[in-house]
Amino acid sequence: MSGAGRLGLWGGARFTSAVQTSSDRPRSARLNAATYAARAVSALSRATGRGGGGVIGGRVLLALAPDAARTLAAGRYVALVSGTNGKSTTTAMLTAALRTLGPADTNADGANTPPGITTALAHGDAGRVVLETDEGWLPWVVERTRPQAALLLNLTRDQLTRNPEVASVSNKWRAALDDVPLAVANCDDPDVVWPAMAAARQVWVAMGQRWTADSVLCPRCGGRCDRDGVRWSCAACGLTRPDPDWWLDGEELVAPDHRVKLSLTLPGEANLANAALAIAAASDAGADTAEAARAIGEIRQVAGRYASYDVDGKRVRLLLAKNPAGWLEATRMVSETPSPIVHRPIILGFNSEGVDGRDPSWLYDVTFDALRGRDIVVYGKRGTDMTVRLEIDGFTGVEQFPSLEGALRALPDGPVDVVANYSAFQDARRWIGRGR
Amino acid sequence: MAADALTIALVYPELLGTYGDRGNLLALVHRGRARDLPVRVLEVAPGDPVPGEADLYLLGGGEDSSLLLAWELLREQPVLTSALENGTPCLAVCAGFQLLSEQFAGPDGSVRAGMGLLDVRCGRLAGERAVGEVVADAVGLPIGRLSGYENHQGDAALGADATPLGRVTAGTGNGHDSHEGAVQHGVVATYLHGPVLARNPALADHLLSATTGATLEPLEHAAVERLRHERFAAATAAR
Repeated sequence: MSGAGRLGLWGGARFTSAVQTSSDRPRSARLNAATYAARAVSALSRATGRGGGGVIGGRVLLALAPDAARTLAAGRYVALVSGTNGKSTTTAMLTAALRTLGPADTNADGANTPPGITTALAHGDAGRVVLETDEGWLPWVVERTRPQAALLLNLTRDQLTRNPEVASVSNKWRAALDDVPLAVANCDDPDVVWPAMAAARQVWVAMGQRWTADSVLCPRCGGRCDRDGVRWSCAACGLTRPDPDWWLDGEELVAPDHRVKLSLTLPGEANLANAALAIAAASDAGADTAEAARAIGEIRQVAGRYASYDVDGKRVRLLLAKNPAGWLEATRMVSETPSPIVHRPIILGFNSEGVDGRDPSWLYDVTFDALRGRDIVVYGKRGTDMTVRLEIDGFTGVEQFPSLEGALRALPDGPVDVVANYSAFQDARRWIGRGR
Repeated sequence: MAADALTIALVYPELLGTYGDRGNLLALVHRGRARDLPVRVLEVAPGDPVPGEADLYLLGGGEDSSLLLAWELLREQPVLTSALENGTPCLAVCAGFQLLSEQFAGPDGSVRAGMGLLDVRCGRLAGERAVGEVVADAVGLPIGRLSGYENHQGDAALGADATPLGRVTAGTGNGHDSHEGAVQHGVVATYLHGPVLARNPALADHLLSATTGATLEPLEHAAVERLRHERFAAATAAR
């Protein structure tokens, strides 16, 4: 094994003995008091119906003990999961896989910026922690939690009215990952490969990349990245797709000396790729791949995503899509699984609240061709933008309602898919959860 | 109706198309086909020659690095320059607007010579990046009120030979004299995304008419009218 010393400490069978629980670790009185205050505020927030409480509690914790994340992460195996799409799902998958080895904590609520991350670290005692990490905050989280591994999914455009360009995020990652022992990374995305190469060691996973519009230019030198099938390389500086250590063969995950069947409950090719990344990382941390795959296969939903609900005679399956690459994957996903049933109607929810990004022009960067032939109903505060987007592209018969409730009422009983962007998805979850 | 298909060239969509400007092509195809105009689309990939025989050229917006690469490539395409000098219609959005001007500012602020098709000098806006809904009253063309979304640091100062596309009533636009965009030869240039032709069917029809020389039948699109109404209201509320 390369990178002896520190890496070896966390490798495989020796891992358990090396793990401390938080009760073993000395904490300052200040941090204990801060943690107590944060828990109280979180509980208050939950009790008054203001949400999960993790973010507000984390803010209190950070205010009272600014170094809390560093102290709380010390001595634990920390793995970060970051990227534009697939963070929450892959975090859930890696957590399930690592739990085959022992307890693992995580920020399953999707609170992936400093307050949520600090809360997740404060609330658990497990020796292993899997942290979903906002791509912009990755440098902050790396610096404080000193992760053993960073799982890197993809970087594509997301809310250009408030986020930096993809190449800029890629280069910030590059600087941040310098001290990280291991990157488990998607070798099909140049914007991920370039920063991942900064880590001490890499495990490359061929996750595929259907959305290539943000990797036309080389993240290292700005030259043109040429693609030839799955291969890519920069004509100017020679940055090239690394050979994968793990890849998918249908529903099987393959390494040169290994093969494991993935039987996911979650739909779509994108989730097979997410599972591949999680299992590659778990295997490196000492997990048995077959057991990890079995644990991942039992995941039915991730914070409401992919879950099915019975609502007034409809069987509603909910999917989240936040940005162009996400919409591309989600619209394909609902067309591939359970089988391509054209008569299963689809509802598209679209808002432009602050968390969604105010400018929905990018709807025109995505092809909605996977939905052709299906009955489409639109809802949301920016539903009209979606309707126009579809009609201009030759879709006919698109119906539009202000709310999901209205959209569902317009459809016959039976199965229906709902794909929605962030705040429209949260609205849908809340409405469905209200005594239904 | 002309038997020949109307040929629209979408120039470097991989580099100039970050903000949904492909939607301008979709809007033209949609409104053309609704009038039984056969439309042929040529997508020009970076590195491929820009065809000289297109009836209409589309250049979209792009981030700084892709703008510079597009500029390097377009400098070696005199075909596009001569087609536009000869009056072939063109829609140029944001980065495309800057490329066709006399000069524009690179990401480091340095001034570069543009293609010189518009009597316009682009630099950097003095204040913060202009981001948000825009409303402008068209002045260069008889197309009424314009709706769009802007997201740019560049400005645009018009010389005597260029006419503003519109006068801004909400938003920033060019950053000088309340102007939005520029019109010169057959070129319509603007900072507006949205995409601008999806939100402004009268502008799409103007380009189609300029290309075919024909007067088009009116075409009502209820969802687009609803969208315009919503966006005008939002722009007024936000400013």
